Amino acid sequence: MSDNGTGPLLPLERLNRLENFGHSIHSPGYLYRPTQIEEIEELFAASRKQGVAVALRGSGRSYGDAALNSGGIVLNFQRMNRILEWNPETGIIKVEPGVTIEQLWKYTLEDGWWSPVVPGTMFPTLGGVLAANVHGKNNWRAGTLGEHVLEFEALLPNGKHVVCTPKKNKDLFYGIIGGMGMLGVFTSITLQMKKVYSGYLEVKAWVEPTLERMLAAINENKEEDYNVGWVDCTAFGKRLGRGQMHTARYLEPGEDPNPAQSLSVDAQVLPDTMFGIMPKSIVYQFLRLGMNNLGAWGGNLAKYILNRTLEQNKVDRWTFTEFSFLLDYVPNWERSYGNGGLIQYQSFLPKETAYDTYMQILRLSKRRGLPSYLGVLKRHRPDDFLLSHAVDGFSLALDYKVTRRNVARLRKLTADLNQIVLEGGGRFYFAKDSTLTPDVVQAYLGEETVSKLKKLKKKVDPQNVLQTDLYKRCFG
Amino acid sequence: MPDSPQIPIEFPLTPKPRAVVIGASSGIGAAVSRRLAKEGYVLALLARREGRLQALCDELNQNDEVNAIAYPHNATDFVAIPALFQEILQDLQRLDIIVFVAGVMPLVDVTEFNFDKERLMIEVNLLGAMAWLGQAATLFQRMGAGQIVGISSVAGDRGRVPNPGYNTSKAALDTYLEALRNRLTRHGVNVLTVKPGFVETALSPKGIPPEKAAADIWRAMKRRRQLIYTPFFWRYIMLIIKYIPSFIFRRLSF
Repeated sequence: MSDNGTGPLLPLERLNRLENFGHSIHSPGYLYRPTQIEEIEELFAASRKQGVAVALRGSGRSYGDAALNSGGIVLNFQRMNRILEWNPETGIIKVEPGVTIEQLWKYTLEDGWWSPVVPGTMFPTLGGVLAANVHGKNNWRAGTLGEHVLEFEALLPNGKHVVCTPKKNKDLFYGIIGGMGMLGVFTSITLQMKKVYSGYLEVKAWVEPTLERMLAAINENKEEDYNVGWVDCTAFGKRLGRGQMHTARYLEPGEDPNPAQSLSVDAQVLPDTMFGIMPKSIVYQFLRLGMNNLGAWGGNLAKYILNRTLEQNKVDRWTFTEFSFLLDYVPNWERSYGNGGLIQYQSFLPKETAYDTYMQILRLSKRRGLPSYLGVLKRHRPDDFLLSHAVDGFSLALDYKVTRRNVARLRKLTADLNQIVLEGGGRFYFAKDSTLTPDVVQAYLGEETVSKLKKLKKKVDPQNVLQTDLYKRCFG
Repeated sequence: MPDSPQIPIEFPLTPKPRAVVIGASSGIGAAVSRRLAKEGYVLALLARREGRLQALCDELNQNDEVNAIAYPHNATDFVAIPALFQEILQDLQRLDIIVFVAGVMPLVDVTEFNFDKERLMIEVNLLGAMAWLGQAATLFQRMGAGQIVGISSVAGDRGRVPNPGYNTSKAALDTYLEALRNRLTRHGVNVLTVKPGFVETALSPKGIPPEKAAADIWRAMKRRRQLIYTPFFWRYIMLIIKYIPSFIFRRLSF
């Protein structure tokens, strides 16, 4: 840490290679790992004086460039990970921003509380999760995680501290949550957890043969606690977009004969071997062999057939972690995409235009020889945050492999997809994004929202201290 | 940040490559800069002579696009280098190649022993290179990628009668680059030593045009070569010269 803001801010020994979660972007950054709020205050002061941009980074789980600041300072919050207060009666928890989803559930589950919203992986920090205002497989029922924040304290880049609730400092509450670290730093977060009566969810699975049926199924089941669809983006003809539905519901009190057992951390920890013997840490290396257009087609086909024959209409009890954190089931799965990594393209479409738009997206991707190897479908509802990705409709998250050979075509494809999504009245999600340009951002957020954001930014950050590569790309 | 030059917004998966050229205002430096710009690089160009440097940048920055940024700098201003390197990295946002071309060769009479001239050569040709390449080496080592290009000279292959200081500066630079190569190859970094023979520059009135040398250097960078002579035949000339035994060589006067 620089002493009282006069020392050099960018010492060579702090330089680090930083990447996006998909390992498809890398960038040099001067890494600081604060443990105390005072260190961040000092750094902001020095940054204001010396004109060096600062970006905020949690666990680095953004698919795009949201937590990168090429050539500038990156503040990593992983060491500000203390749980400050916990009340097992009310389920209200106060934490520092570097606390991860994993830390959170391990801390509260044995008291019978689970995070009301979780992303598909347990490794992100709460600061990062709220900066992106993530949703889970229960977006229709539970909204985004931001909707469960009772209060947060933040340090603004101009050096001021604020306390924000949905009523107090409302514009900052709805701006900083979802604000991608452009407006301020969370210094504490107070969250209302959800009471649960068992560590199990009752999960139902079935396949649907077309995308139209997938969308209908997800819509019909939107009142279930959780619902999510896996989509086969490699199938041919009418089958393109077929997939498997999963819905899940919390158990009522009494349904689980031994809740103390299922709510224990031991019962929830994901096993680290597959089939009992194969260490899961090496599985991604085998997956790598199948990460090409042919392998993905075969893999998706095999999955669909197995799902249809073995799991059709099966109702089962899964632990929370098994159901929620599918992405963590194979450690380092993102490495299986090879050296070029991957990007995720997630678009949010109103229910009226979703089917046509998603069919266009899937067909165009296939026609260009760039099928997505994995698609995930969810149901959403709008929220009140300034930078919101949500619509009354659906989202489809698509993983694309990046290679040196396909990257130029991928750029063209995603630019075309952006236009298709805009035509359908759709929106995008900064946590995943690596393809947006200022004109697309302006088009989907609306001029009013963008100017509101810029006004707010000017107020709390007149010297433009907080900047990320994503910020420069989308709002620069 | 205020008043730093703005590089156009890019698709994050395919940013334009970035290069720093030290000693860019004339000769091989200017030719390499032009070549890199043509190949799509965004450049930070450094040289002592501000006017010529700015003229080169203006030439490369056509159609309102920022492709080259000028940083007036004297390679012997060692104290300023770390801060300047940071500034460049902030402006360019990333770095793929560093090319150190800066070099001086004051004329020395065959009977003259002039420490001031020798010291200048060591300071620019060797210490300047060490100061700059050390910064880049740290970055590239951490990034696990990058390329360092040092413009040395055939003059480094043997100590000869006309200019002992120049021979020494280039021989030392060769050794430094070799050591960098041995340290950095394992981190995915390529170190290219370039040994020009006669190139038509301020240092020598006759020789191949610098554009020809720049073309050779670019080809070597692309292929991630370790050592090239330009023009290529100097490799064989120097091979012979290197093996001339001392009892003959000390009686020769070239």
